[in-house]
Amino acid sequence: MAEFKLKRGYNVPLAGAADKQLTVVDPPDTVALLPHEFRGIKPRLAVKEGDTVKIGTTLFTDKVHSDIVFVAPVSGKVVAINRGERRKLLEIVVENDRKDETERVGNWSTADLENMTREDVVKHLLASGLWAHLIKRPFIEVANPEETPRDIFISGFSTAPLAADVSFLLQEEQESFQFGVQMLAKLTDGAVHLSVDGKNNTSPGWFSQIKGVQVHRFSGPHPAGNVGVQIHHIKPLKSGELVWQVKPEAVALLGQFFKNGVFPTERIVALAGTGLKKKQYFKVRSGASFSSFIKKEMLTDNALRFISGDVLTGWATKQDGFVSFYDALISVIPEAQKERKLLGYFRPGFKTPSFSKTFLSSFLRPGKQDYEMDTGQKGGHRAFVMSASDYEKVVPMNILPVPLAKSILAKDIEEMEGLGILELAEEDVALCSYICLSKTDFGQILRDGLDMIQKEG
Amino acid sequence: MKVLEKVFDKYRSDFEKGGKYEKYYPLFEMMDTILLWTNERTHSGPHVRDALDLKRFMMMVIVALLPATLFGMYNVGYQHFHAIGIGASIGEMFSYGFWAMLPLIIVSYAVGGTWEVLFSIVRKHEVNEGFLVTGLLFPLILPPTMPLGQAAVAISFGVVIGKEVFGGTGMNLLNPALTARAFVFFAYPGKISGDKVWTAFDAAKEKLVDGFSGATPLLSASSTPQGASAVEQLHKSGFDFMQMFYGFIPGSIGETSTLAILIGALILIITGVGSWRIMVAVFAGGYATAALFNALAGPASTGMFTLPPYYHLVMGGFAFGAIFMATDPVSASQTNTGKWIYGFLIGALAIMIRTVNPAYPEGMMLAILFMNIFSPLIDYYVVKANIKRRLSRA
Repeated sequence: MAEFKLKRGYNVPLAGAADKQLTVVDPPDTVALLPHEFRGIKPRLAVKEGDTVKIGTTLFTDKVHSDIVFVAPVSGKVVAINRGERRKLLEIVVENDRKDETERVGNWSTADLENMTREDVVKHLLASGLWAHLIKRPFIEVANPEETPRDIFISGFSTAPLAADVSFLLQEEQESFQFGVQMLAKLTDGAVHLSVDGKNNTSPGWFSQIKGVQVHRFSGPHPAGNVGVQIHHIKPLKSGELVWQVKPEAVALLGQFFKNGVFPTERIVALAGTGLKKKQYFKVRSGASFSSFIKKEMLTDNALRFISGDVLTGWATKQDGFVSFYDALISVIPEAQKERKLLGYFRPGFKTPSFSKTFLSSFLRPGKQDYEMDTGQKGGHRAFVMSASDYEKVVPMNILPVPLAKSILAKDIEEMEGLGILELAEEDVALCSYICLSKTDFGQILRDGLDMIQKEG
Repeated sequence: MKVLEKVFDKYRSDFEKGGKYEKYYPLFEMMDTILLWTNERTHSGPHVRDALDLKRFMMMVIVALLPATLFGMYNVGYQHFHAIGIGASIGEMFSYGFWAMLPLIIVSYAVGGTWEVLFSIVRKHEVNEGFLVTGLLFPLILPPTMPLGQAAVAISFGVVIGKEVFGGTGMNLLNPALTARAFVFFAYPGKISGDKVWTAFDAAKEKLVDGFSGATPLLSASSTPQGASAVEQLHKSGFDFMQMFYGFIPGSIGETSTLAILIGALILIITGVGSWRIMVAVFAGGYATAALFNALAGPASTGMFTLPPYYHLVMGGFAFGAIFMATDPVSASQTNTGKWIYGFLIGALAIMIRTVNPAYPEGMMLAILFMNIFSPLIDYYVVKANIKRRLSRA
């Protein structure tokens, strides 16, 4: 077991983490799939409004790889197909008839699993509706079933603000997780790498007993829990190489699928953030409507922003949204106040969180993690002024974020590849955007660069 | 601050797209956000952001400049009353210096700010807060006798040629305040060199005391005869180390007191606004180079060779340049390795110019501008080294 102690990074000191308390929610009236979540997928609808579906019925597929399917998590009727601008597919909403009729993908016993070939595993995973949990890097999009990854990486913990505690999410999943790892191992000629939290015990203790993985211990501030950072330290991506990454919750889902042969429908999500009166975990149906478990009395009176995922990299959803395919966290934080403060940028900042040391809070309350933060941008957009090396303090990799960003802005593909763009995901540079005093969006710049390379290549 | 908010909200639509003063939106935005902090919400990237923005960052530099500014005002008065041989209280000295310096500050902010706004309007981008610092840095590196008209021309040159032609703050190669000073130096050499300009006094009404020289310590030291000791020469002119460290000497307004500058340095380093690497590197480069010249000093070398390193560091614009000019995050080297090289070479070059160029006693300004030009090159090699290292790793 290798030990990695990362020094650079920053834990955003946001208050409002979820209490470790789980409420099992009744089946929702409606569920939805959100095609825009699946990067690299061009959706082609397989149903129309009014169709009846079962659990496991394909709702849409990818246009290029039509064997990548996305399935219904309830049985019932397709009640709405909502589109946005330029007919972009936004939501496929299914009304739950509560009969839980299920389409079975395969009939096998757990004893058969050992003898399954790579082709079998790929075939079953594609049919399961869970394939999209396999993400390829570079480019951070749904894995291509025709490719074989060098290795598969699982980060067994998250250091993102208010992140769900993986040991809590997986408390009953040791067996499924082991099955999941066993099947993943068949997909690569290399190894399955599992990183555990070396400091705060947010990874399940039984990770060390899982067979068929290489376990690594990581400790350090955010983004030490990001799988991209871990890959960089365990075995970096070289030019032309390809790896897959899977979230630990998804590994357990794959395991459940291979155990039972049907689409696993239950998810645990953390509801966290200071926009909520009570922060806790819920066991919900995959794709469940928020209204089935987020009640009005749970919310504070502010205008609120609902974020699927964490506050650094999640996407803005709404109060009547749906549980994401990927995210085990829903963050709810207050929107920025309308009122504007006289010379607000020059206040002493007794209780203002900042990575910099320009507020008194850095000296009066060092290390405190209890700040309520709103969605204020806290400054206008400007050209780069901060010294490039200051951004390196939040990127615990041998990567120079600002020269990289500048090479992307200059559209210099050779330089961006040389500077390591292919090793990065938006989440790995999110802290650069967070601390940037010119309020630059590094994630967007990075994605523009990745798109450029994909278009060229 | 509801009243102000209402005022701005009332006129906002006139300045926004489609309004009758649409063109002047940057001016409106500047006034608006300088008084009232933005309440803009995040719409892309992270949903929460750090509370530090460019305005606060620049205000921190201004705070760090305050000790040097206040002492500078006092010292202008001190030198004045000293020169005319009249006793005065601390208050009178400060007040004299305040009124001598205020017009320079006003001219610097007004003229430079006008250019800044003009370019923002033409280029349709927000007014950048970088000018808040440039506007104060420039008067601090001028002699107190600087004519206002020439200061105005110089700051125009500094802002336009030093910064705006490159695309504004963030894109500039050169430090705008230093560019402006370099302009003064080459366009109006009589106003910024020699021994007449460093003490403010009114020749028509006031009379200098007998034997008053007005020369700065650097000028005295550089006039050391061949083979003689520069320290003795300084003592003969009435300067000792502690006096120069505290700053009771003639010189550019904000540059004389190393103590006040170090207080500013402390603020910059504690808040992380200024790069300690550059500061340390400049002092190290200066110290090492001066020590080297000490070792080379002989009967045939100029007296400047004998000046001990720690004297160099408290004289002229060395400390001010190291703390406030070399650390400008935009024109300095951007990488950590680059910062060491950049800073060290600034220190080394400045001392080299002082020591081996008898025509020009102060080298700090040109050393920094020179290294400003080279910093992209230094960074280029640091970045290339990163690429090479990435390619070669296992």
